[in-house]
Amino acid sequence: MKNRLTARTLKAKRNGEKLFCGYITLGYPNLSFTRNMILRMEEIGVDIVELGIPFSDPLADGPVIQAASEAALKKGVSPADAFRLCRDLRRDGLRLPVIFFSYYNPIMSFGASRFVREMKKAGFDGLIVPDLPPDEDIEFRKLISREGLAMVFLASPTTKDKRLIFISNASKGFIYYVSLKGVTGIRKNLSGDLGDQIRRIREVSDLPVLIGFGVSDPRQAHKASRCADGVIVGSAIIDAIRRSGGDIRKVSRLVERLVISTKSAGLSRGVKDRR
Amino acid sequence: MKIFPDGKGHFEEFGGKFVPETLMKPLEDLERAYRTLKKDGRFQRELSHLLRDYAGRPTPLYLAKNWSAACGGRKIYLKREDLCHTGAHKINNTIGQGLLAAYLGKRRLIAETGAGQHGVATATAARLFNLSCDVYMGKKDVERQALNVYRMELLGARVIPVSSGSQTLKDATNEAIRDWVGSVDTTHYLIGSTMGPHPYPMMVRDFQSVIGRETYRQMMEAEGKIPDYLVACVGGGSNALGFFYRFIGTRASLVGVEAAGCGLGTGLHSAAIAKGKPGVLHGMKSLVLADENGQILEAHSVSAGLDYPSVGPEHAFLKKTGRAQYAYATDREALDAFHFLTRTEGIMPALESSHAIAYARKLALKVPKKSIIAICLSGRGDKDIDIIKRYAKR
Repeated sequence: MKNRLTARTLKAKRNGEKLFCGYITLGYPNLSFTRNMILRMEEIGVDIVELGIPFSDPLADGPVIQAASEAALKKGVSPADAFRLCRDLRRDGLRLPVIFFSYYNPIMSFGASRFVREMKKAGFDGLIVPDLPPDEDIEFRKLISREGLAMVFLASPTTKDKRLIFISNASKGFIYYVSLKGVTGIRKNLSGDLGDQIRRIREVSDLPVLIGFGVSDPRQAHKASRCADGVIVGSAIIDAIRRSGGDIRKVSRLVERLVISTKSAGLSRGVKDRR
Repeated sequence: MKIFPDGKGHFEEFGGKFVPETLMKPLEDLERAYRTLKKDGRFQRELSHLLRDYAGRPTPLYLAKNWSAACGGRKIYLKREDLCHTGAHKINNTIGQGLLAAYLGKRRLIAETGAGQHGVATATAARLFNLSCDVYMGKKDVERQALNVYRMELLGARVIPVSSGSQTLKDATNEAIRDWVGSVDTTHYLIGSTMGPHPYPMMVRDFQSVIGRETYRQMMEAEGKIPDYLVACVGGGSNALGFFYRFIGTRASLVGVEAAGCGLGTGLHSAAIAKGKPGVLHGMKSLVLADENGQILEAHSVSAGLDYPSVGPEHAFLKKTGRAQYAYATDREALDAFHFLTRTEGIMPALESSHAIAYARKLALKVPKKSIIAICLSGRGDKDIDIIKRYAKR
């Protein structure tokens, strides 16, 4: 079976369509919210869901996602919940590509090969591990690709050209471009030279490039999507969940606006095509 | 003999660079600069000058006369790191990395600290090299270690309380890493132990290895041979590695002593080697204390300097290869050892070092007569007087 994630990103790239990837934390504020929100995201036209599995020491995350992770952990959320949730959603017909986002320690603790098997069985399509660069544990990456799953790697403004090629060769589905030197979070402005930065990646890679970290509102999502193939938004959505006390309608309104502004940066046929 | 770490910073399965992509290049740059300066005569001369005139090296190797007399022919030596400026071995590393930061043209130092000892040593180095200094410290530790917070402030450092997670050293480390991800251009992250991503475990070990080199020389002068046993406490593991490193290629037995807190069976301890499993924390693969879902557990020890849920990757490696042995001492044993050394030799050890003393007391009873045991007395106990007093009342 073709991988839903790579199929989706390749098609978008071919059509010049922009991709919107929304991040939510598993179990924040509770598991049923997570489940309903993912279903709602599919209806709204989100292209990819990134499901964050909370970790006690999330060193790439800023205060918003840290707080959500802590709250979810207090409820005892675990990778097993993520597998169960995804399996149920697939049974109910969810077709969205879903990426498992986790730090490396919970994966090691689960057992790498068992983890990969469960991921596949549950219907995940991809994996992002911010503290596992492509230089480390190459065996794990092999396990992932053997199961036909896509491991997405990150690139940053500090990544030199030679290394960009290395990352591009290792990454599947897309390249996750961290547009700023810093952790995840809400920022007033995007980096000024995004266009140049993305052009630098395009010169060495054919993979779609999605911009994440610090994309905080529809205006920024639009701007970033004009340079790249789309955006990943996390903290802004998590913050909306927090402020609304987990009100799906209110959060959906933000996600809708984010999707529309992202899509409007691409060719106009993008949105219609999908519906 | 193979040299560790290898080119990628691995001690076989341990070590490495498990960090967000943004830090990969700064770590490579740091490694390159460090390897160049390691061979740079001017840097090395400046470093040894500062270690001598500023930090107070070489520190004495003292034959513990009264303790040895009670050991029936066995000799106990204490490597007096407690006599270093700021009261512990930490300064060896902060001077080394501070000088490195100055050579690299960085304007700011950041550090994590638990009890505040490394924070004070970093704040001191910041003054020495005219750099600004921010120290991350768990909110709980800020409250517990008010005196060291004040010392850092007197030295012109800003202490930033960290209220995420367990509000202790591991969270302070996360926050320091987060800061560094956003500030690498101007800032050097001065890690306080042989932990974190490559090249830190190697670099900190090298800066601390002056302890073992001096011990080797002093022991040859005093006894004409090397000690049979070297004993040091292990939290992150910097004093132990600094002490052991010169002796790794020799026949000396190396023993690291972890903090067993209230006991290994209680869950309230910091014994990552005895009770941890392979995992990734703070940019390194090592042994970590974690629950069944891989969430990092809070460590416990009466000595804040050992209160860390993991251990430097080279210790995990030395344990695996069997080149070093690892033992442990409980809070109670460490407190007893504090009083023992204070009364026997008139030397108050830090509670961290007291763990090494506690284990050496047992060791001295069972090793062959004429054995020589050398202990790294990594710090002085003045900072722990409040805790000692509190426990004495119980």
